[in-house]
Amino acid sequence: MEKLFSITLYILKGSGVTLGLYAITAVFSMPLGLMCALGKISKNKVLSKAVSLYTWVFRGTPLLLQLFFTYYGLPVLGIRWSGPFAPAALTFILNYGAYLTEIFRAGIQSIDKGQYEAAKVLGMNYSQTMRKIIIPQTVKRILPPLGNEAITLVKDTALVAVIALAEILRNAKEIVTREFIITPFFIAAAIYLVLTSVIVLTFNRMEEKYSYYE
Amino acid sequence: MIEIKNVSKNFGPLKVLNKINLQVDKGEIISIIGPSGAGKSTLLRSVIQLESIDEGIVEIEGLRIACRKDREDDELIDKTIVREGLAKMGMVFQGFNLFPHMTVLENVIIAQTIVKNRSQKEAQEKAKGILKKVGLTDKENSYPSQISGGQKQRVAIARALAMDPDIMLFDEPTSALDPELIGEVLGVIKALAEERMTMMIVTHEMNFAREISDRILFMEDGEIVESGPPDKIFVNPEHPRIMTFLDKILS
Repeated sequence: MEKLFSITLYILKGSGVTLGLYAITAVFSMPLGLMCALGKISKNKVLSKAVSLYTWVFRGTPLLLQLFFTYYGLPVLGIRWSGPFAPAALTFILNYGAYLTEIFRAGIQSIDKGQYEAAKVLGMNYSQTMRKIIIPQTVKRILPPLGNEAITLVKDTALVAVIALAEILRNAKEIVTREFIITPFFIAAAIYLVLTSVIVLTFNRMEEKYSYYE
Repeated sequence: MIEIKNVSKNFGPLKVLNKINLQVDKGEIISIIGPSGAGKSTLLRSVIQLESIDEGIVEIEGLRIACRKDREDDELIDKTIVREGLAKMGMVFQGFNLFPHMTVLENVIIAQTIVKNRSQKEAQEKAKGILKKVGLTDKENSYPSQISGGQKQRVAIARALAMDPDIMLFDEPTSALDPELIGEVLGVIKALAEERMTMMIVTHEMNFAREISDRILFMEDGEIVESGPPDKIFVNPEHPRIMTFLDKILS
């Protein structure tokens, strides 16, 4: 029993990295996605093409490859990392930013043209229309796909085990190898399930909160 | 008050507006009738710049807000003047286009605060006053999805009026409504007519148009076929097509 406790504790230590990476990705990839979505739908062809190139590359190649490239590849090009967390965070932000760009873009474009027209005849400029009219409505519409991304992100954080970041799965695997027992896998799975459940519940709450209209 | 000179608009090879000339005086109420595809809505949308025109000039109270693209005049278009001119007009759409994420009251407040820079308090007082006028005081805190079509359209009218327009444009304001809800919206427009608000109304409500308009425009194929006082257009039009159209509508 005591052993089980110490194993769990050790694995839980890894959740610090997992949650840290999760938080930093969530916080930075959302504004990045929103900005890029606005760029992608803008009339500026260069900007729109640049964003398309970005989402094409980051959605079209494995996250694991991107992770390897940032951690092992960039140092070859002269960029030095002081540890594996920063390159992991950067990769995750850029990767999730690409998916969120497409989600935000689809959400913004799903808003009826009449909303823009109503805002325009009331004298609102583009920025006011976006901030007060379009984006608030977009948030409600994109909650379901956003929830999917939020869950996938929890599980994707396990990938950073390969660049020696001691997160939940890596710690579990370490004990499995050392002690020849498989309980750590179950413990890790349970922790992931708790995390994803919290996210599912949070998103259900948010969808409820936004159900006040329509 | 509104000066439309030689305005043309094409959708591809289709001429939706063909050299339209029209002058609307202060306090004048004009209804635009005609078959669908005649260019009625496009004319209205061109006046408020929801459609860009391909030829001609639009002026609001002497402020030039649009003119043909590829001419030297283009340089005379000053964005500040355009904004000033557009601010003099309010528009009501067939599909209401209320902001669904805001309450009725917020719908009427929002543009006042961010466009006219009114304080929240001032905007709210104004909104409440206008909502009272259109008979919706008890719906202030409802969301658009919770009220009827007729009520939605009255909110849309209130939202436009809150910006103190000199001119109101109505694009088929009752076409999306159930028959029993049409009356309440027409009632509000009628009240505006009594205050001599300058209005351009695209409508299929012939009796209403006849009752409140100073002038009726009959449009077909992008042209104003005939224009005149209601009694003339409805009783004794010069153009035989108008009679055919009216017969069809009224039967």
